[in-house]
Amino acid sequence: MKQFWKSMLRSPSGVIGLIILVLAIAVAVFGPLLFPNSPWRMVQRPFLPPFTLATVPLGTDALGRDVFAGMIFGARVSLLVGLVSTLAALIVGVPVGAMAGYFGGKVDDALMRFTEFFQTIPSFALAIVLVAILQPSISSIVASIAVVSWPPVARLVRGEVLSLRTREYVQAAVVTGQSNTWIILREILPNALSPVIVLASLMVATAILLESSLAFLGLGDPNLISWGYMVGAGRTVIRQAWWITVFPGVAILISVLGLNLIGEGLNDALNPRLSREGR
Amino acid sequence: MSKRVLLGILLACGLTTLALAQEPKTGGVINAVIQPEPPGLMLAMVQNGPVQMVSGNIFEGLLRYSPKLEPQPELAESWSVSEDAKTYTFKLRKGVTWHDGKPFTAADVLFSIEMLKQTHARARNNLMQVDKVEAPDDYTVVFTLKQPFGPFLGIFEVGSMPMVPKHLYEGTDFKTNPYNNAPIGTGPFMFKEWQKGSFIRLVKNPHYYEKGKPYLDEIYWQVIPDAAARSVAYETGKVDVLPGGSVENFDVPRLSKLKDTCVTGAGWEFFSPLAWLWLNNRQGPLADKRVRQAVMYAIDRDFAKDVIWNGLGKVATGPSASTIKYYTDDVPKYPYDPAKAKALLKEAGYKGEKIRMLPLAYGETWQRWGEAVKQNLQDVGMNIETIATDVAGGNQKIGDWDYDIAFTYLYQYGDPALGVGRNYVSSAIAKGQVFNNVEGYSNPEIDKLFADGAVATPDSKRKEIYEKAQKILVEDVPVAWMLELQFPTITRCKVKNLITTGIGVNDGFKDAWLDK
Repeated sequence: MKQFWKSMLRSPSGVIGLIILVLAIAVAVFGPLLFPNSPWRMVQRPFLPPFTLATVPLGTDALGRDVFAGMIFGARVSLLVGLVSTLAALIVGVPVGAMAGYFGGKVDDALMRFTEFFQTIPSFALAIVLVAILQPSISSIVASIAVVSWPPVARLVRGEVLSLRTREYVQAAVVTGQSNTWIILREILPNALSPVIVLASLMVATAILLESSLAFLGLGDPNLISWGYMVGAGRTVIRQAWWITVFPGVAILISVLGLNLIGEGLNDALNPRLSREGR
Repeated sequence: MSKRVLLGILLACGLTTLALAQEPKTGGVINAVIQPEPPGLMLAMVQNGPVQMVSGNIFEGLLRYSPKLEPQPELAESWSVSEDAKTYTFKLRKGVTWHDGKPFTAADVLFSIEMLKQTHARARNNLMQVDKVEAPDDYTVVFTLKQPFGPFLGIFEVGSMPMVPKHLYEGTDFKTNPYNNAPIGTGPFMFKEWQKGSFIRLVKNPHYYEKGKPYLDEIYWQVIPDAAARSVAYETGKVDVLPGGSVENFDVPRLSKLKDTCVTGAGWEFFSPLAWLWLNNRQGPLADKRVRQAVMYAIDRDFAKDVIWNGLGKVATGPSASTIKYYTDDVPKYPYDPAKAKALLKEAGYKGEKIRMLPLAYGETWQRWGEAVKQNLQDVGMNIETIATDVAGGNQKIGDWDYDIAFTYLYQYGDPALGVGRNYVSSAIAKGQVFNNVEGYSNPEIDKLFADGAVATPDSKRKEIYEKAQKILVEDVPVAWMLELQFPTITRCKVKNLITTGIGVNDGFKDAWLDK
């Protein structure tokens, strides 16, 4: 573990990514405590440009709502959706991939055909359809993002497991009569974890983008403010009031960038070949 | 008392003289936006807004209406009403031909009425009081009513009762008639071509019965699906006319400031769209009158008008728009007063029960409005949950009464008997249908007033009845009236006389001309 942090901190992209993520999480967790006002509240005259009033530093939107407050509350929704939907995708994808890779044969065929069924449908289109059918709400958005993002996890885990199960220590475990569940959980998965972690960090970024795109199209939870919603709502007035779209857009950009950098850092840190070279 | 003869044609002459301060020029092409692309152009079969906007040029009604909603001659050149107010005699204009050259006669009127009764729900409803229609000669049509019906002269506008060519439709299956795709009317412009997804092209009717009209050679109705692209099309000069509602409200101030741009809110007097919140009177907190009144006090309607609608429109005072007959503002008032709203909620014992609100899925403006109203209601302590839905889904929920608050706007058609009563009388409660009394308000006194008002004579009696009804309704708040909407029409200033009647752009471009 110590080794991991050491190599993680040695990669500059990982450090920058971590800083961004920590900041974003801090904003999401503590921001609303500092700005107790609802971001939906109309506080000033509409279309107030940024940097004119200290109370609304980033200006106001079409209804006179504080863009800064919207961004802080939006961080909560965006990160929450990103993390929870990734977690949900892992909960589905990892077991499916592990079983397919470990048992092989008909189980593998069945599970992989099922996975491919999801992979053949363009993921964003599927997400739109799911949210539209389920009615836009935070839970339906998380669910639909999870549904469209688990197949790559399953395929990745399957590949890892396929190669690991032929290793000698796994065969030894089989010979000593350990149960399949035990072998998968104790012997195989821990060793297949590093690529999954890297993938997961990128999935969080993709999920944030997906949520933003859905909200942009008007399929966000109407009761929660999110960055994508702000961009979508400000889009029509971008020529009169650029700040309504630009600030939340930049927030999306930075947090997605941060997560990608973390993914890269993790890749460096967890890849045995690369880290050995560093030593 | 002798027959009251309304010589509408004299009135029209007077108006024309005024409009002719500047001599109209002939020629030119107008490009206008049509949004959304209409599902068809046969006005007798489909009556969506965009259908009428285009085919109001192709078809005509017996009458049109001034901005004050006085009847004006169109295919009927004069009309008279019998003493008992049960017989209406229309004299038709002579020398009118269909676009294919056949003459327009009383037989076409009789046929149109029979056809519309099958294909046009509102016309069928409007004609319910009609006992029989006869044509003593080719240019006279006589309507005999079962009982006097005050708003009768208000039902002859082209969208409510378009005249259809008998020789092309009689004995055919109306739905599959080939002329639905290339409609033949008597109007100032003829259908030429329709490139689906791109434009609809109309050309001048050279044999139009009003000499010298229309002035324009052609009209192109451009189909541009994206709101932002529509504003750009105007800025780049691709289109000259943006009819009401075709660009987002946020764009209106920017576009109106452009050079040579004229903006008008006129031309909606006949429709008088009135926006309100349907409040479910049957169940939940809103079944309590005090909570409904609190909703009225809690919402800052001036803010909605100034910010969301860019100052266009008017705060509604009650069930009738101020532009329609028998409107009165002598009713209880509900100014923006959050403290009073809170007090009413407390008195009603509201404990923060969840209230579901359906915004209207008609684009940005309505979404923003939903958000502002939600904030207003939350500020006085109401627990509002917004339900996101599309237009069809929203209609279904509202029709099934599965909502607490729902945004809507409805046309009023000039007379309380035509457009207002349907939302408040208990006979208009019909599960599964929208645009009637979906709030479930039921008050025998209101039922009686609207029943009496429709058939009362003379006018002063009707006025008294409807004023009383408005007072009772505003006190009871069956729905929360928001704004009398105005959809500004944006044009280049060189487009003259585009809107001359209370039906506006939907009434055809027969008087419009281009100043070069």
